[in-house]
Amino acid sequence: MTVNMTKGQAISLQKNDGGTLTAVRMGLGWQAAPRRGLFGSRTREIDLDASAVLFADKQPVDVVFFRHLVSDDGSVRHTGDNLVGGVGQGGDDEAILVDLQRIPVHIDQIVFTVNSFTGQTFQEVQNAFCRLVDETNGQELARYTLAGGGQYTAQIMAKVHRAGAGWQMTALGTPANGRTFQDLMPAILPHL
Amino acid sequence: MTAELVRGQNHSLSQVRLEVRVSAGKPIVAGATLSDEQGKVRGVEWVAHPGAPTLPGLEVSKQAAADHRLAFDLDALPETVHRVSVLLALPSGVGGPVRFGAVAAPFVAVTGLDGSEVASYTITGLDAESAVVALELYRRQGAWKVRAVGQGYAGGLAELLTDQGLPEAQQLAGSINEAVVQGLARSVAAPPPRTPDGDRSRQAATSAPGPDQPYTGPQGSAGHVAPAPLSSSPYDAAGPQGTTAPQGSPAPDPSAVTQPAAPTAGDPINYSHPGRQTAAPPPPPPTAPPAPPGQPAQPVAGDATGWSMEERLYNQVWGMFEDLARTAAAYRSAVDFADSRMEQELDKVLSDPRSRIGGQGDAAREAAQAKHAQLVDQARAALDRDLAQLTAEADVVEPALPAAYARWDNPVWHGYRVPMEIPMALRLGDLHLPESEGLSIPMLVRLPLERGLWIDSGRAGLDGSLVDSDEVRRLAMDTAVAHAARLLAVYPAGEFTVHVIDPAGSGASSLMPLVQSGVLDGPPAAGAAGVADVLARLTQRVDLVQMAMRGGAADSLPPGFDTAEQLLIVNDFPHGFDDRAVTQLRYLADEGPAVGVHLMMVADREDAAAYGPLLDPLWRSLLRLTPVPDDHLADPWVGHAWTYEPALVPAGSQVLQQVLAQVAAARRPWNR
Repeated sequence: MTVNMTKGQAISLQKNDGGTLTAVRMGLGWQAAPRRGLFGSRTREIDLDASAVLFADKQPVDVVFFRHLVSDDGSVRHTGDNLVGGVGQGGDDEAILVDLQRIPVHIDQIVFTVNSFTGQTFQEVQNAFCRLVDETNGQELARYTLAGGGQYTAQIMAKVHRAGAGWQMTALGTPANGRTFQDLMPAILPHL
Repeated sequence: MTAELVRGQNHSLSQVRLEVRVSAGKPIVAGATLSDEQGKVRGVEWVAHPGAPTLPGLEVSKQAAADHRLAFDLDALPETVHRVSVLLALPSGVGGPVRFGAVAAPFVAVTGLDGSEVASYTITGLDAESAVVALELYRRQGAWKVRAVGQGYAGGLAELLTDQGLPEAQQLAGSINEAVVQGLARSVAAPPPRTPDGDRSRQAATSAPGPDQPYTGPQGSAGHVAPAPLSSSPYDAAGPQGTTAPQGSPAPDPSAVTQPAAPTAGDPINYSHPGRQTAAPPPPPPTAPPAPPGQPAQPVAGDATGWSMEERLYNQVWGMFEDLARTAAAYRSAVDFADSRMEQELDKVLSDPRSRIGGQGDAAREAAQAKHAQLVDQARAALDRDLAQLTAEADVVEPALPAAYARWDNPVWHGYRVPMEIPMALRLGDLHLPESEGLSIPMLVRLPLERGLWIDSGRAGLDGSLVDSDEVRRLAMDTAVAHAARLLAVYPAGEFTVHVIDPAGSGASSLMPLVQSGVLDGPPAAGAAGVADVLARLTQRVDLVQMAMRGGAADSLPPGFDTAEQLLIVNDFPHGFDDRAVTQLRYLADEGPAVGVHLMMVADREDAAAYGPLLDPLWRSLLRLTPVPDDHLADPWVGHAWTYEPALVPAGSQVLQQVLAQVAAARRPWNR
């Protein structure tokens, strides 16, 4: 069962049967909005990038993005940069795999962000979404739609944080501006 | 007019002098067997193959090629011969395809001497087979006919020849392949087989350098935030392809055997072989049995991807290496964080004037320390859990390793036999971290070597335990000899040649095992004249092979040219080297590896200090190893400093001498 999340909503990653999730995937998918003009077939390519920042007590410890695809401890893995989107036709164009059991003990929050590397705002992006999938069975846990993002080039999507013995996900959906995650750090800090 | 035959169809031949043309798109071996009335091949002298290309009445090519023309004079065949089978096979052990399913369907045509086609046949439907009987020419009532057969064998030539009743099938298949590999080695010269995908074994989604260029050493950056190759999704890394041949035919699956229909009069003959498999995927990797809930799975050796057990073990070792690097990174990161947090909290306590009154400050301090201890304990518990898992895995993997990957004290070395194929990789030593005392990861480097080796005989960087520089030099030379012996042992006979430059003779005692067993190309070169001579020969060789490769004339290397890989061990550099010799050595270091000439320097960098920074690029281009444990190697993922321990022969063990004796005995027939 998919939860369509709204801004600020939090869901627990406890399974229905009481077990805890062991591995989740944060998927990002988008398509470039078709451009009308002299050369109608020439849609301008949009490169969105998904990043995950690992925090220990509000200090960034590690980051997983297209230039550092695996966190040093190996628990968070990016499946690789996609420069144009739309290949999945509704599937994930970029994905970040998180092995919740292997995350180092001091990491207590992971923040997922999306940036427009090529600089277009989210108004020019079609069908953009971000979703959280239980990697063990492929079931979609939560979906968050980016459309109508307005004049922004980045969005702080969600955070996964420790809650008791397990993990919890909170949808943030805060718009921001920046080319890579580094530009977003000031915007992320209030959400920790 | 050409008859396009289908499988099983026959066609009468009006001529007795014929050619059979074969084209396959990839180099294949073509041969022919003669058989008597019972369909039995009477002996090896009835098989025409690249090693013995001519028989009375027929001739086949001397080497593997994409196109063949086999000449037949059927009248000149012995009277007892009733059938000639034309067979095709894929050469194994040269890095090419190992199953006909991976190449274009072979096409064979019987033509007259003027080139006019009499009959043709395209062999379709082949999959895992690596050898196939393409055609049969057979006597029928005094005339000759041709039949399209297309019978494939997943077990290769050995199985094909066995099927034809040849008792020495296994040996003959081996010697055919050897002849082919020799021919191929000559025609493509160096470098030996390496597929572009071979490097991808274990680097799916990492932005760090792959396992083939890992040891950047402290001087190189560890690739921490190196620009990632774009779109390096692990899902499109379909695994290493064709790096090694899936050796050994898979266990026959009874359900995959086609029904052997007994041929009855009138029925079309069923050519399917009773032992034939319809498809033979590589045997599934051994997987760990399902673990009881709540416990980690029991480790199993070879529990990784790969086409062969060797490749699986290689990938498993690299997997363990990466896991250990990452689990240590998690632990260190957690401890660092705990330290810095405690420091901050203690600072806060100290700077707060209220805490100076009463016990408040002490309580805050204790709380901070307790928080620190708790986090460190948690991190330690996670590390211990992972280390236990990896140690259990190492305990099952280590004994299962083949000789090239094994320690010298592994029993596999006592059962050593000279191999037929070059292994994927070679163990140069062990790696461990301060956190992982008692757990070592084999350090495997791919073969053929991509960079030269430098055994550092200098004292720089070592702790004070070994102050005697002569002792370090002796140990360095011992290490070099152990590595060289291992290289000699894991290459097939005659495919690896070692030269030694020992200008002052100072390494004589260490070199004794190599010299006495007779595995060296010649006695160690001494003096400036010896240095110049060896370097001139190797330089000429590199130049020659490069010219041949660039000119596309790899076939025209001079007769008697030694196609083996060459290793040059240089002791006491730069003693005995003039400027010209140093330049030649640098040329070999730069250009040699690509054409099969490798360098092993046993040197103290300080000795060459007079050259200033000019030699820095040379030292950097070599993989630095030490004769004693030293932490100078970095992993490709996180960049920890790993302690390297060389693979040395245990004191008092004769295993090195025994192995070298076997190598020397196997090389004698090659006269090298």
